[in-house]
Amino acid sequence: MSTRTSQDPGPSGADSTSALLEVDELTVTFGPKSKRPVHAVDGVSFSVRPGEVVGLVGESGSGKSVTSLAIMGLLPQRGVRVGGSVRFEGRELVGASQQTLTDMRGRDMAMVFQDPMSSLNPVLPIGLQVTEVLRRHTDLDREGARAEAEDLLRRVGIPDPRRRLKDYPHQLSGGMRQRALIAIALACKPRLLIADEPTTALDVTIQAQVLELLRKLVTDTGTAMIMITHDLGVVAGLCDDVNVMYSGRVVETAGRQELFGVPRHRYTEGLLASIPRMDAPRGQPLRPIPGTPRDTISWSRACAFAPRCPVVDDDCLVPDLELTPDRERRFHLHRCVHPADVPAAVRTTQETP
Amino acid sequence: MTATTSGQLDPAGATGSDTLLSVRGLEVHFPIKRGLLIDRTIGHVRAVDGVDLDVARGQTYGLVGESGCGKSTLGRAVLRLEEPTAGDVVFDGTSLRELTGEAMRRMRKRMQMVFQDPMSSLDPRQSVQSILTEPLRAHLREGGRTAWDKRVLELLEVVGMPSSAAAKFPHEFSGGQRQRIGIARAIVLNPELVIADEPVSALDVSVQAQVINLLEELQDRLGLTYLVIAHDLAVVRHISDRIGVMYLGQIVEEADSDDLYAKPLHPYTISLMSAIPVPDPDIEDRRERILLAGDLPSPANPPSGCRFHTRCPFRQPTRCHDEVPALVEAVPGHRVSCHWAKEIAAGRITASEAAHDPTAEAAPD
Repeated sequence: MSTRTSQDPGPSGADSTSALLEVDELTVTFGPKSKRPVHAVDGVSFSVRPGEVVGLVGESGSGKSVTSLAIMGLLPQRGVRVGGSVRFEGRELVGASQQTLTDMRGRDMAMVFQDPMSSLNPVLPIGLQVTEVLRRHTDLDREGARAEAEDLLRRVGIPDPRRRLKDYPHQLSGGMRQRALIAIALACKPRLLIADEPTTALDVTIQAQVLELLRKLVTDTGTAMIMITHDLGVVAGLCDDVNVMYSGRVVETAGRQELFGVPRHRYTEGLLASIPRMDAPRGQPLRPIPGTPRDTISWSRACAFAPRCPVVDDDCLVPDLELTPDRERRFHLHRCVHPADVPAAVRTTQETP
Repeated sequence: MTATTSGQLDPAGATGSDTLLSVRGLEVHFPIKRGLLIDRTIGHVRAVDGVDLDVARGQTYGLVGESGCGKSTLGRAVLRLEEPTAGDVVFDGTSLRELTGEAMRRMRKRMQMVFQDPMSSLDPRQSVQSILTEPLRAHLREGGRTAWDKRVLELLEVVGMPSSAAAKFPHEFSGGQRQRIGIARAIVLNPELVIADEPVSALDVSVQAQVINLLEELQDRLGLTYLVIAHDLAVVRHISDRIGVMYLGQIVEEADSDDLYAKPLHPYTISLMSAIPVPDPDIEDRRERILLAGDLPSPANPPSGCRFHTRCPFRQPTRCHDEVPALVEAVPGHRVSCHWAKEIAAGRITASEAAHDPTAEAAPD
């Protein structure tokens, strides 16, 4: 896997011509205009280039899943306002017609959801659910689609695919179902794959299999991927660039080396300190973030993380904090008044070219 | 450390051996039934199939394994929430299998459980006050309302909740707070043993750490003994003194927490540890992953010989498929059930390449 250095253009870097997907100031607001609206996504910007894996990390309620649904145009029509811009190869998706989106979904971009049992149709055989996509978007006839479906199932590692085509979702194990879902997503060779917590419902050993499959997919076919997860371990092994989300906004964005090596935002720092690690010496107490993700204030009044932040003071009560670039690393941005210090050892290595 | 919050902390039978809980040959088999009018038993799901373990007083025993390995059933069988098919559970010198009725009911006071999902294990129509008073009502005749109310406030403080919480209902709290209430309910009666079944897996990452720290703090403060059941090896390693790794109803490896991490001996533990994502890009890039083939076989029809041989990356042509390995002490304090543990540890047998390809073998149904 390619490791990005800090010299490379980051997700918000200047090199936007080659970007496959550009998300710019995306906002999603729930609720009728008369009532107090909920800003689920509050100005999120990032871009994804071919063969790149971009991570969206956050806890429940951070807006990471809503972001992905907005990109795919899968949010309900009523009671939701989507603002900003999402461009796929320069084509604007926000406000595009349903017909355009239906044509693009499955063909140009596809999605893998968290729970395969509820995203597969329980009364249709797996085979039919794979060929459905192929028949909709390609010229393949029935026999051709069936053969292609069998090949797809084999490629995602489902043993005995010919027999499995006739199976219903309940006859497959959790890992197999997730593979089937990935097969459906890959059916038309999309250039962008959005994976929303694809391994959260799976056991560790099965998770490792599915992650390996996704990793291979990116390196072999150059598919771009948006990985949505709460698991920082998954991010560390898979993503090139990472966006940490909190309360609807990106609070830190960096290459994975920088994010894990020198986290600047206090939330990222807190998350890393609160997970028990296999490789840490035992007996080291965890340092949790106080409060819960629900203890938040509106970004329009102050930093939303302020109620839980260990270093909060009056300076933090600034409305609409900006994402500011790091002094030494241009593509490491954070939205914090009092960012965490860069350890001295890291600082010197960063300064030497 | 002195227990400030509980008067009757030290139970009468605390003297003697320091093993609080010992499980011997425990089996829980669920019948598979078929037929319309006459229920015919056509087989058994061997959820727990012969487990021996000892939990020392004041320590934490962690039980890890994937879903379906029987770890939750084992936890429930220890408390006889699930009636064991065979084997025995000895709690503080008393065999629980022989206890009936009132004697068992009295015993339950000394062992409690914390469940995974606090939303479904707390009654939504009961206030926190009522939830926490119920065990007192059931087990302690003395005291009465005022003493109970005092105890409830005391408990809320111990688990880090405001006293105003007593009048509220479970839906008014976040997941982490609900789990705190679940923990408070478990320690109302000053139990000696607390069985925690996936206590943090339903919680957000930042909140998980709060609950883990709370469990550790309570152990120090009240001298609790824990049996923690979880699928997350990192969480289990963090809080446990001793760890048992379960696979298909049996313990395949048991060791002290540090030893297990430093030198896992069973191929399943080795693979499990290599599969856990570590939040460090350098480690993630460097380390070698051992991918297991296929899924967990059905516990209704476990594989012959070593149960892990169908997925084992270290499988050998002999013994593995036809000879059942015993759980033996390979290194002092470190038990493992693998024929080839010594050879694997010495590096004479390495993981086969076939295991890296998940398609290599069909998942046995």
